[in-house]
Amino acid sequence: MPNPRPDDLRHLYRLMVTIRRFEEVATERYLAAGRAGQFMGALHTYVGEEAIAVGVCSLLREDDFVISTHRGHGHCLAKGADPGPMLAELAGRETGYSRGYGGSMHIFAPELGLLGGNGIVGGGMPLAAGAAFTAQYTGTDRVAVCFFGDGASKQGTFHESFNLCALWDLPALFVCENNCYAATTPVKDSCPIVDIAEMAHGYGCPGVVVDGNNVLAVRAVAEEAIARARAGRGPTLIEAKTYRMKPHCMVIRETRDQCELDEWAEKDPIQRFEAYLLEEGGLAAEELRGIRDEVDTVLAAAAAFADASPWPDPARVMEVLWA
Amino acid sequence: MEKGRMRNLTMTAALNTALREEMRRDETVIVMGEDIGVYGGVYGVTIGLQREFGPDRVRDTPISEMAIAGMALGAALGGLRPVAEIMYCDFLAHAADAIVNNAAKWRYMSGGQYALPLVVRSPAGGGGGTAAQHSQSLEAWFTHIPGLKVVMPSVPRDARGLLKAAIRDDNPVVFIEHKHHYTYKGEVPAEEEIIPLGVADVKRAGTDLTVVSWSRHLTLCLEAAEILAAEGISLEVVDPRTLQPLDLATICQSVAKTGRLAVVHEAVLFGGFGGEIVAQVVQECWGDLKQPPLRIGAPFCPIPYSEPMESFVIPQVTTIVDRLRAYLA
Ligand SMILES: Cc1ncc(C[n+]2csc(CCOP(=O)(O)OP(=O)(O)O)c2C)c(N)n1
Ligand SMILES: [Mg+2]
Repeated sequence: MPNPRPDDLRHLYRLMVTIRRFEEVATERYLAAGRAGQFMGALHTYVGEEAIAVGVCSLLREDDFVISTHRGHGHCLAKGADPGPMLAELAGRETGYSRGYGGSMHIFAPELGLLGGNGIVGGGMPLAAGAAFTAQYTGTDRVAVCFFGDGASKQGTFHESFNLCALWDLPALFVCENNCYAATTPVKDSCPIVDIAEMAHGYGCPGVVVDGNNVLAVRAVAEEAIARARAGRGPTLIEAKTYRMKPHCMVIRETRDQCELDEWAEKDPIQRFEAYLLEEGGLAAEELRGIRDEVDTVLAAAAAFADASPWPDPARVMEVLWA
Repeated sequence: MEKGRMRNLTMTAALNTALREEMRRDETVIVMGEDIGVYGGVYGVTIGLQREFGPDRVRDTPISEMAIAGMALGAALGGLRPVAEIMYCDFLAHAADAIVNNAAKWRYMSGGQYALPLVVRSPAGGGGGTAAQHSQSLEAWFTHIPGLKVVMPSVPRDARGLLKAAIRDDNPVVFIEHKHHYTYKGEVPAEEEIIPLGVADVKRAGTDLTVVSWSRHLTLCLEAAEILAAEGISLEVVDPRTLQPLDLATICQSVAKTGRLAVVHEAVLFGGFGGEIVAQVVQECWGDLKQPPLRIGAPFCPIPYSEPMESFVIPQVTTIVDRLRAYLA
């Protein structure tokens, strides 16, 4: 893959920083709500995994499908979602992407091809197969990208869905975000092989391991997988090795070793990308600071938007039940 | 309550005690599920078990609910007494094939050749902004399946005694806890106590109205009874404790005394288990009823995320008080 142009690099950086800051702001707001006696579900943040969503989604068209997970904020933002309605959704407001019905795990934006987060681990994979089927059936070259975790790869749904996609050459990308843990369970305690990517080989499909903390590396493998899918040659399993830098969610205590956390902090995907941008990308430190400041401004506005938004009227709970 | 030393325990501690006691007593009792070993379960019910009984008996599994429930059945067929935890009852949908199509029918299909001493524990319920896929109350699904027992404790004493009975029972038991009730405290006898499945308990005696409820909502009904007592209204609160088998006799006895029935549950009203209780009482106690029974439950929608909508959907103490007062007016 040719080196991305400086504009692309800025775009990737901006997206990654947006996701990071979004998660920080969401966490602060969650804690503040908790102190005020309001409990807002679980909140699973994507801190440390930004390079994956950004690397993949920055290559997608608006009409491509993304099927997300319980840890979906990054996927949404990378696919073009606006932090304002996202924070409003987390705050349970009328102006949220799901009008307050969904919350953090259930952000949907059909206009962006975001078919939704999923609170059911492994629940998204058959949906991805169905979206890919639709793309094929309607004769378009759209693709469906399914994000899922190392833990989710242990659900039967992975095998059933991947097999179908392989069998019918469906235009799907299965992106396994192997962040070393499923909640508190280390991947070695749930998976007998080191590389989850290998599972694709059993279905005669490419399974690729990539450094999930390197946005350009993710982009490179995703580009090939997307081209393959668009050309009607079936699914690819990408295993992006990464690390979740925060606890599983707000209600599960940290169980991981401090040394391990420190080790991975060294591999922070944003810091690594910054180093690359400064040393090889031809961007100046000043410029990066400018981008970060802009992101801060965007997020402050997003938070203000959420706070100024009205609460839903409880009487409308039945309103969206039926089409 | 009876004499004897009592301990004040949370639901979590009571359930943990039951597991510990049964594991000490019978080494065929094993426990498995997601994040239940090293971590002790996301709600802490299995805390310390792996330390005491080792990782062979207290197994962390991958995220594979169908295999967890199916393995519990297989292990029961092989002679063990497995207790499987499904992290949220919503994920029972994943495990349902093993439970509904296999566990519930294995004994029957084999002409009664197998005992199936397995327990599937899982927390239900909403109230914390966990939204539609982590908040459901699905007990009615399982009560509809011949071959399954369904247990839903409301207080720590029952939680401990019923879980012990469930583990000793030779049939598949779906044991449903409530995720926002784990910190609820109550007296639990220090000595061993087994509470038989299928026996209801009158949690509060009264004369004006029989209120049947279970799980967390039973305790909300007790709060409502306290409030209404101050207004001179006397509720009799009956806790079936197990929905399958159902102790209809205790409920009917109460209705014969009060002449009125209300059923209160968190689950969606339509098709909810309250309908079954009302139907049975109407058939059995028609002559005793002074007024058509009342049902209180959730409207026919998934649990919405946003707090004002969620508390609107899940019956609150104030709603229960208002509805019961109006019913008796
Ligand atoms: C079917 C199902 N089982 C269990 C859970 C509870 N749960 C939520 S997230 C999670 C861990 C998921 O791990 P992984 O797939 O690796 O994703 P990660 O959280 O690491 O991003 C678990 C067990 C769930 N939501 N759905
Ligand atoms: Mg993981």
